[in-house]
Amino acid sequence: MEEIKEQVGHMPRIGELAPAFEAVTTHGVLKLEDFKGSWLILFSHPADFTPVCTTEFIAFSEIHPELQKRGVELLGLSVDSVSSHIAWARNVEEKTKVKIPFPIIADLNKEVSLAYGMIHPGQSKTETVRCVFIIDPNQKIRTILYYPLTTGRNMDEILRIIDALQTTDKNGVATPANWRPGDKVVVPPPNTQEMAEERLKQGYECVDWYLCKKKL
Amino acid sequence: MACVSPDGKPTESGTKMLRALQTGLKSPEEIAKNTGLPLFRVRSGLRELTQAGLADQKEDSYTLSEKGAGLIK
Repeated sequence: MEEIKEQVGHMPRIGELAPAFEAVTTHGVLKLEDFKGSWLILFSHPADFTPVCTTEFIAFSEIHPELQKRGVELLGLSVDSVSSHIAWARNVEEKTKVKIPFPIIADLNKEVSLAYGMIHPGQSKTETVRCVFIIDPNQKIRTILYYPLTTGRNMDEILRIIDALQTTDKNGVATPANWRPGDKVVVPPPNTQEMAEERLKQGYECVDWYLCKKKL
Repeated sequence: MACVSPDGKPTESGTKMLRALQTGLKSPEEIAKNTGLPLFRVRSGLRELTQAGLADQKEDSYTLSEKGAGLIK
């Protein structure tokens, strides 16, 4: 039991401050605090030079310009050396003409992987699963996604989550299922009976007092 | 290191940052704006340049050191 705990490490939760780190990356030594003021997507992949990870890195590189427009930085991670990351990034560029524009952590000692609960021994004791941590400009964890080794991530969903979080922060609203930018948003439910009665008179599109939507 | 080579000389991005410091004391945000480098790269780069003695930190801003100025002449 203790051994498994040691392999899993801490499991961070949404709403907590992201665990601080200082790590060797393909862009030099980076600290989490270097990203303060920007949104950050910290994501792990199982290993360099593997097929699903290669498709994901190409896909992350392709959405990089869209992320930049939204003030989001990308930071990859795996339990590989920096030389392996550099060789893989160069190989991807040579074979597919896609340049990897973001840094990748070489987490050989698993310090960051364990701090973020990226090792799931039921899947692999040595490789990180496909994690996505969306960290806000105040370095708070806002979203956590875990995918198994065999399933590549969906970039549309990652962009959609960023849009949803930024819309929530800007307007103090929530977003309904399958929300896309431009769709109606959910008005936070009232907290008192008086507010519930008033809610129905406020001109929102309401199913009932607790489910009202509005156009932004 | 990303901004300083093992031989102690600044890399291309390191040189860009040192040149941005030629005009006086600058914050990391100003350097990012001047160089077009991402802010996280500027922050980590400034750490390296300072450790290598090529830049000096004054509170939250940075300036070119004598050694740094000599390298980008």
